[in-house]
Amino acid sequence: MKEYFEWLIENLILICGVISIVFVILIFIFLLKEGSGIFSHTSLTGFIFGKDWYPISDPPKFGILPLILGSFIVTLGAIIIAVPLGIASAVFLSEVVPRGIGDILKAIIELLAAIPSIVLGFIGIVILSPIIKNIFNLPTGLTALAGSVMLAFMALPTIVSIIEDAINSVPKSYREASYAMGATKWQTIRRVILPAASSGILAAIMLGIGRVIGETMAVLMITGNAAIIPTSFLQPVRTMTATIAAEMGEVIRGDAHYQALFGIGIVLFIITFLINLVSDLFLHKKRGKA
Amino acid sequence: MVTLTNPKSETLNSKQNIKIKTNNLKIWYGSHQVMHGVSIDVYENEILAAIGPANSGKTSFLKCINRLNDLIPRSKVEGEILLDDKNIYKLSVSSLRKRVGMVFALPLPLPLTIFDNVAYGPRMHGIKEKKKLSEIVESSLRSSSLWDEVKDRLNSQAMKLSGGQQQRLCIARTLAVEPEVILYDEPCSGLDPISTLKVEETMRELKSRYTQILVTNNVKQAARVSERTAFFLMGELIELEETAQLFTAPKDKRTDDYISGRFG
Repeated sequence: MKEYFEWLIENLILICGVISIVFVILIFIFLLKEGSGIFSHTSLTGFIFGKDWYPISDPPKFGILPLILGSFIVTLGAIIIAVPLGIASAVFLSEVVPRGIGDILKAIIELLAAIPSIVLGFIGIVILSPIIKNIFNLPTGLTALAGSVMLAFMALPTIVSIIEDAINSVPKSYREASYAMGATKWQTIRRVILPAASSGILAAIMLGIGRVIGETMAVLMITGNAAIIPTSFLQPVRTMTATIAAEMGEVIRGDAHYQALFGIGIVLFIITFLINLVSDLFLHKKRGKA
Repeated sequence: MVTLTNPKSETLNSKQNIKIKTNNLKIWYGSHQVMHGVSIDVYENEILAAIGPANSGKTSFLKCINRLNDLIPRSKVEGEILLDDKNIYKLSVSSLRKRVGMVFALPLPLPLTIFDNVAYGPRMHGIKEKKKLSEIVESSLRSSSLWDEVKDRLNSQAMKLSGGQQQRLCIARTLAVEPEVILYDEPCSGLDPISTLKVEETMRELKSRYTQILVTNNVKQAARVSERTAFFLMGELIELEETAQLFTAPKDKRTDDYISGRFG
């Protein structure tokens, strides 16, 4: 009886594990099946490097380069803003303020993650974009910059929380050793603690990128949605995710436009997959070294 | 400060120069008092051993001298600690710790290369030239008798060294900032007997240039290495004598009980 129970549990766990892997594979197959048709209409290079996204003109053009670059520029901006801020506030939380206050502040920062992205979209439209419009004297404030700032806020809680954990898990002994040689607090943070926490910091950045690149609602609302190749942060851009969300409702199932949107989905899938793979490889390499 | 060159006059001379002096030192962690008024003179260029059972306050005593106890929340110190007749709380923490180095119980190389571990301290104190750093690294590693074992792999990770090598690396790292005093907090507790002997040998070789205080759980180690031994119990200094004297004819019964292994 006991052995039977063991056998049952083991196999249940096995099935659960297998199911999640099977789902990932099925999703990818589904994406491929629905999206691969686009490549009979447009070549792979024409799809990825095409400069024009005119899905409803005649003949339609399905070049997603502006969308890829749109996602890229918004993500890049968000990371440029979020990473220094994230590292600084994590250092502040774990090294500067007393323990108890740090815990409270961290909990509050983590609450930021609970704000629905559509609310951040509202704030972006109502408050941030007029500010950007006035500062830079632009025709519209709905730009890549607005998207970057909002997404940076969205990614910050994750980034701060993971970096803070990484800093806290640096052994106390490293600090003592550094202080014992007469290093100051700032020297210790910069030379010992941050390098020792670097794998956690990298993981945080990667997760932040993952969060930002996949984000849809806020960018759809505040980046202006112009499918043009961006040349600066002060232009409206359109991201891959926003394109899918905005256009999926108006396509006919199975036509070229529909397939093109799924094609974008495949590209997005591959990009996030690569980001995860790279961060995984880096983390393992780092661990092997230590 | 007298620089000692003649080994014969060492014992005599060193007794005249007090390097570190504590007056009625009391330490609290929160409301818990761990040291009840200890006054000790540490002579220049001597090895002073501090022995005693767990919770006797010997490590707290050590950490006070270079103010590492500042890192412990809610710790409080009363009384005076003088380094060359100057109150250590009047010095900047950074310069105090540069003059009073510390070697910890477990070897704690930083997650850097061997070279960078030793160069860490000098770099923190503003030395940038590669050549100068190389010199410091070499002489420090030579002083801690590690140079011959690692000279061909200075750029490999310090974590890959054996425990004993790591501990001697930590001594080298401490020497690299050119301290005047070295504190050892049970430096051999995690080491095998052969590594322990090597560390002890290093300590003896450093004797002519540094004042060293050794906190140890190993009574025999105190007897082997030190010139004078202090016996701590429950935050009080019970006895401080020439090592030979303390181990052969202790004045206090509690000291006798401890060193002969009847408790602790």
